[in-house]
Amino acid sequence: MNLAEGVQIVSFGILAVMMIGTALGVVLLPNIVYSAFLLGGVFISIAGMYLLLNADFVAAAQVLIYIGAVNVLILFAIMLVNKREDFAPLRNAWVRPVFTGLVSVGLFALLGTMVLVTPWALSTQVSAGDSAIFLIGQHFFTDFLLPFELASILLLMAMVGAIILARREFLPDQVMSPTKQQPILTLPERPRELVSVSSDKSSNLDDGRRG
Amino acid sequence: MNPGIDLQGTFIETLMDLGLPAGVAKAIWMPLPMGLMLIGATMGVLVTTWLERKISAAAQQRIGPDFMGPFGLLAPVADGLKLVFKEDVVPAKSDRILFTLGPIIVVIPIFLSYLIVPFGQNLVITDVGTGIFLWISLSSIAPIGLLMAGYASNNKYALLGGLRAAAQSISYEIPLALSVLAVVMMSNSLSTIDIVEQQSGYGILGWNIWRQPAGFVIFWIAALAECERMPFDLPEAEEELVAGYQTEYSGMKFGLFYLSSYVNLVLSALLFAVLYLGGWDFPIPLNLLANLVGVSDDSSWLQVVDASLGIIMTVFKAYFLVFLAILLRWTVPRVRIDQLLDLGWKFLLPVGLANLLLTAALKLTFPVAFGG
Repeated sequence: MNLAEGVQIVSFGILAVMMIGTALGVVLLPNIVYSAFLLGGVFISIAGMYLLLNADFVAAAQVLIYIGAVNVLILFAIMLVNKREDFAPLRNAWVRPVFTGLVSVGLFALLGTMVLVTPWALSTQVSAGDSAIFLIGQHFFTDFLLPFELASILLLMAMVGAIILARREFLPDQVMSPTKQQPILTLPERPRELVSVSSDKSSNLDDGRRG
Repeated sequence: MNPGIDLQGTFIETLMDLGLPAGVAKAIWMPLPMGLMLIGATMGVLVTTWLERKISAAAQQRIGPDFMGPFGLLAPVADGLKLVFKEDVVPAKSDRILFTLGPIIVVIPIFLSYLIVPFGQNLVITDVGTGIFLWISLSSIAPIGLLMAGYASNNKYALLGGLRAAAQSISYEIPLALSVLAVVMMSNSLSTIDIVEQQSGYGILGWNIWRQPAGFVIFWIAALAECERMPFDLPEAEEELVAGYQTEYSGMKFGLFYLSSYVNLVLSALLFAVLYLGGWDFPIPLNLLANLVGVSDDSSWLQVVDASLGIIMTVFKAYFLVFLAILLRWTVPRVRIDQLLDLGWKFLLPVGLANLLLTAALKLTFPVAFGG
């Protein structure tokens, strides 16, 4: 065993322990902020695994997308929600964790046997390394074109949805009058005021909102 | 094109001649450039803080630090010593673990990004294939640390500052990545070495700044916003937020934030130099000069001159950009948060996309000039 192999084994061990530890933390910790931060730890260790598999582009993409976007978004959502509510204690609350535990253990056993039983056809090809980017690009625009485009359309739909949600001015505490029926396919929102004549600036602002 | 000086190769060969196995020789070599880069980055911060004081003073017609050493050169050292010996206060109701972890998570990715900064053909820690993409993905970790610091401080100003910092960081990452992508498209590679190689050969005329006039402006604005430099230093806007996410920090933990912001500024300046100003290239191609004088291309002293000139040029270009950033600090007023987000999403993003499309079209039409 030479130096490189030793480093690989040691870092695999560290990454595996880190991944399992942080993942358990995400599920088991009662503080949701800790869970969200530990999720970042899970993503980092997965990126490390990709690095060990010689897929450095995938590792960098993993860091960029899952930590830079997904995890930050989750944290934002947690930190912007400002709702304090005292929950009434449930009777027989212990049933839920027990059931969850049973289901999780069952799933783990099932997947574990599947991994052990399946005769995996291990590829003997040398990994692409630095030319992986070119290979990924070629696959995206030839045999994986349809999934690639579908994914982009999905993202576009999410973006349009986000813009529509962000632009409406919905008043949650105002009770909607039952007499005034909302037209179908529109979101409930504040009735827009007419252009105010008090000053030029505010009317410009209103125009900007509408346009 | 000759490969220039290969310090790694010669070092390992020398050790192997002394009777060490190849693996051990490599293992001895590996920490050397990393340590050198760490020291270099930290020294760069000291120089930058001194420059900041001096140039700020000049912009306001003051003298600036003067009594601490010649020209006040020891001012940053005094700064650092003060931070090291200051009491490290953790607020009573803060979250102790996250409070400590926040600055660490902010600092580490920035120092890691120095992996890909080249100072010469072989003067780089690793020439990884993902190169510049690694920098973009590493810089996306910082918002997590900022949010962590803001949340753990248990202070409304800190939380607001952390949220602002994260929002700013993720919005300006997109124009930054788009402008980098245009350069990458012309170089056909993500590696920083290849990006510089593709600009070399014609001296100053070959630099990407001429081919990416929109791209470099977008890059610099986005990089300044990522570093939270003055026109965009909203996360720590004094009048509104005391000091943003840094409010509760003192001692070395504050020092880490301070360090990270300046290291990030120097890093962005270095990468600007690599992406748009030809990296280590001299404005006049050195081969041309050598041929003019009649020196052979592979004489050893020319290579030494070449390498040292490369380092000097890279650092010089980077510090010119740092100078620009400091001047901007004293000329441009701070933007409002809505103006900041408008600029990022409604102006820089579409312009960046158009720039990318234009670059692609030009690359197809003029493959000679745009690296087909």
